[in-house]
Amino acid sequence: MSTVKVITGNHAASFGARDSRAEVIAAYPITPQTQIVELLSEFCADGTLKAKFIKVESEHSAMAACIGASAAGVRAYTATSAHGLALMHEMLHWAANGRHPVVMANVNRAMGPPWSIWTDQNDSLAQRDTGWLQFYCESNQEVYDTTMIAFKACEQVLLPGMLVLDAFILSHTYEPVEMPDQELIDEFLPPFDPPYKMDLDDARAFGALTTPEWYMELRYLIQEAHEKALVTVREVEKEFGETFGRYYGTLELYRCDDAEEVILIAGSTASTAKDAVDIMRKGGRKIGLARIKLFRPFPNEEIRDIASRVNKMIVIDRNVSFGNQGIFFNEIKASLYSAKNRPPVYGFVAGLGGRDMKIDDITGIVEQADTCDIEEILWWGVKL
Amino acid sequence: MIEIRFHGRGGQGAVIASEILADAAFRDGKYVQAFPMFGVERRGAPVTAFTRIDNKPIRIKFFIYNPDYVVVLDPTLVGQVDVAAGCGMSSSYKEQEEGKAMILINTSMDPKDVGLKGMFSVATVDATSIAVKYKLGSRQAPIVNTAILGAFAKATGEISLDLLLKAIGEGVPAKQEENAQAAKEAYEMVVL
Repeated sequence: MSTVKVITGNHAASFGARDSRAEVIAAYPITPQTQIVELLSEFCADGTLKAKFIKVESEHSAMAACIGASAAGVRAYTATSAHGLALMHEMLHWAANGRHPVVMANVNRAMGPPWSIWTDQNDSLAQRDTGWLQFYCESNQEVYDTTMIAFKACEQVLLPGMLVLDAFILSHTYEPVEMPDQELIDEFLPPFDPPYKMDLDDARAFGALTTPEWYMELRYLIQEAHEKALVTVREVEKEFGETFGRYYGTLELYRCDDAEEVILIAGSTASTAKDAVDIMRKGGRKIGLARIKLFRPFPNEEIRDIASRVNKMIVIDRNVSFGNQGIFFNEIKASLYSAKNRPPVYGFVAGLGGRDMKIDDITGIVEQADTCDIEEILWWGVKL
Repeated sequence: MIEIRFHGRGGQGAVIASEILADAAFRDGKYVQAFPMFGVERRGAPVTAFTRIDNKPIRIKFFIYNPDYVVVLDPTLVGQVDVAAGCGMSSSYKEQEEGKAMILINTSMDPKDVGLKGMFSVATVDATSIAVKYKLGSRQAPIVNTAILGAFAKATGEISLDLLLKAIGEGVPAKQEENAQAAKEAYEMVVL
């Protein structure tokens, strides 16, 4: 029998790691993530989870310990947020370039200064080019489910994966979360068994100096693995859906079948925006929503497909690349350059540093897109 | 959808109250959501927490601006914080039912003496005395959340006392029996 508990997004992540049978957890506390590893440390202490919990002195060390564990053929997990993730940056490259499928939860939190503990996506998007898969979740259930989806997909392509949840809006919000039978989960997610691991009886070099003669080939293999990951994630999502009855997809489409315009968005704001879509549809707008679940690898084909079917795209970014524009906005437009049918794309930067994103904000953005100039970089609700 | 906003001070248990209420409604087969407004957390500072209850999955994820019910755990907040803001008013996603909205305040005063007027009724309960009687928290800083939830169950009829007591039994970290007694007593004592 599956069980349903009313839990926070943070604890959904902890239970996800527990039920994925993580074997090594190395972590350093940071708000608003701390509850994730706090509960995991309790699971380790009381024997609920047979894992080694390694206390470290920084996030950099946390990731280093996870990489070591993963290289030894062990399923490794950690969680962090914002400045902790930034401190990990060097090790993120090591994890991906070393092909260690570590899974990490990152609670999206705005970067300081000024000091902030509230949500936006700049922390995770700043790690775009490290080679990690990135999954953006919109509910606590999805946080739980995506933990095992990420482990399964990442271990198949030998790349690390980051699942992302919004600070407070998910991390500290209680919602019902269904947790399936452990037996079913074990069938879905068998033990980690990498083709190469640190083994005294079968000694190999890990991360050795590589001359220009071969470095590029190793990078090419990572790109190839990312392209494969797009297919793998879809397959794993499909299998997850068939097994557990919940399907998310890499680009989730909501009411897009007859849509003339579409909102593109990632994270928990997508959840609110779905209700906004329902309200706008009642008002006569043929509008839909495409939620970017997977950001790396980027679902280019699916973006082009939805673009070919609508007259207008509105991208809402809870992030910004200073000196240019919203990051999803940028990525989506890059996707469309080679497409035959390109509708106008409007980009809005909104909700930075946890600024509340209400239904009225979503409908307001859609209405503003009716009249604004496509060249503008639009900051929603700025009091300046 | 029912939307409830809690106003309290750090240490009174407003955040736990929002969770226990959600848990009780969940036990009633409802979909729920509970969350705090995280600010500068310290003992005595104003705290806001929220609960949503619905018959279908809840997708919206933002603060509650137009609550059906407001629960005030500390009477000294009235006047300092606009506890009545938006209460009883319709929003872009919900029409307010006439005569439903209510503000429940922890005070020994009669509802008509509280001085709050708007599109809502006022109910009161002396949750502080009840919490002190059951030694919940200290005499100087009593934890009033379970008592006021008992009063909420009676005043609004949105949740049964039985389910609330079950949620309290699992939701409070200590003194489960005393907390349950406090809820029961407030259920009987609330003034409408």
